[in-house]
Amino acid sequence: MAALINVPAKAKRGDVIEIRTLTSHIMETGFRHTADGALVPRDIITSFTCRYNGTEVFRADLFPAIAANPYLSFFTVAKESGKLEFEWIGDNGYSSTASASITVE
Amino acid sequence: MIFWHAIAAATLLAAAPALLAGEIPPDARRSGYSFMGPDTRAMQDDDTSNPGMLFVLDGEALWAKKTGSSDKACADCHGDARSSMKGVAARYPAFDKVLARPVTLDQRINLCRANHQQAPALPYESGDLLALSAFVAHQSRGVAITAGDDPELKPFVAQGRDLFMQREGQLNLACTNCHDDNFDKRLAGAPITQGQPTGYPLYRLEWQTLGSIERRLRSCMTGVRAQAYDYGAPELVALELYLMSRARGLPMETPAVRP
Repeated sequence: MAALINVPAKAKRGDVIEIRTLTSHIMETGFRHTADGALVPRDIITSFTCRYNGTEVFRADLFPAIAANPYLSFFTVAKESGKLEFEWIGDNGYSSTASASITVE
Repeated sequence: MIFWHAIAAATLLAAAPALLAGEIPPDARRSGYSFMGPDTRAMQDDDTSNPGMLFVLDGEALWAKKTGSSDKACADCHGDARSSMKGVAARYPAFDKVLARPVTLDQRINLCRANHQQAPALPYESGDLLALSAFVAHQSRGVAITAGDDPELKPFVAQGRDLFMQREGQLNLACTNCHDDNFDKRLAGAPITQGQPTGYPLYRLEWQTLGSIERRLRSCMTGVRAQAYDYGAPELVALELYLMSRARGLPMETPAVRP
């Protein structure tokens, strides 16, 4: 699935950096009904993780009240150059990944 | 005599403001963007927080994907959309000589699929159609709208204008009653805009997804308790054409974000 990641390309060692992620997902709550009364089954992202060179730096659990195409913004400390890996896990075996690299001077 | 002249002059003066209120002068035309709060503006301005860009990304992938029985991708004929599609959406709906009527960008994509790709038409408001039209229209971001300039479109622009001015529904309201006469005021707490179609298809937070101008027009019609025209109906195309010609000169914003 499409994802948009915003990580600064460069940072100074020790800087607090903001990471912004946006991913496409319908986030169907499981509380809605179709016009003929059938319940629309829940289909949401349940968990998000961010790993910085393999170390988990941020994790979030997501719930039915969260809007479609969830946008998450969080902070971490720039320690070393490398790769940030993002993973979204959800209902019906949903899994999506993305990554971004950062240069720390 | 002087008395009657005075009455005639007074009548004219009284009638003049009502006539002026009808249409918005070109220099007073404003995108819906200017009616939004700072948070929603920030969301549209940053391409990594604008959810419409997710659809543009999907559209970019579809642009290069071979489909249909002729096994051609959009890119096989049109090449790099960044140059070939620049400014195209600012001219749509455009006159189609074969059909002898205006077609919208969505209809053009489906005509291309039918005639050149031998692929089935994508349903209105389907994710793939919205993604493709968002990707194509995104190439025109910043380009001034010129739709409706084609002289062959004149009767269709006039039809759209008539529909815009015509009262309808149980509330007996015309588009013009809100969007020409009362913009900048509020309706149930939400700002009334001028209804300038600068950013379609756009991401509406209320919809939680991207939607076409036809979806927006249909929800306005439902709002005044009128029977909405079907997707692709000639009336909706004429309305879209009139709205685009009314927004002449405003820059395209696709994909816009609206509350």
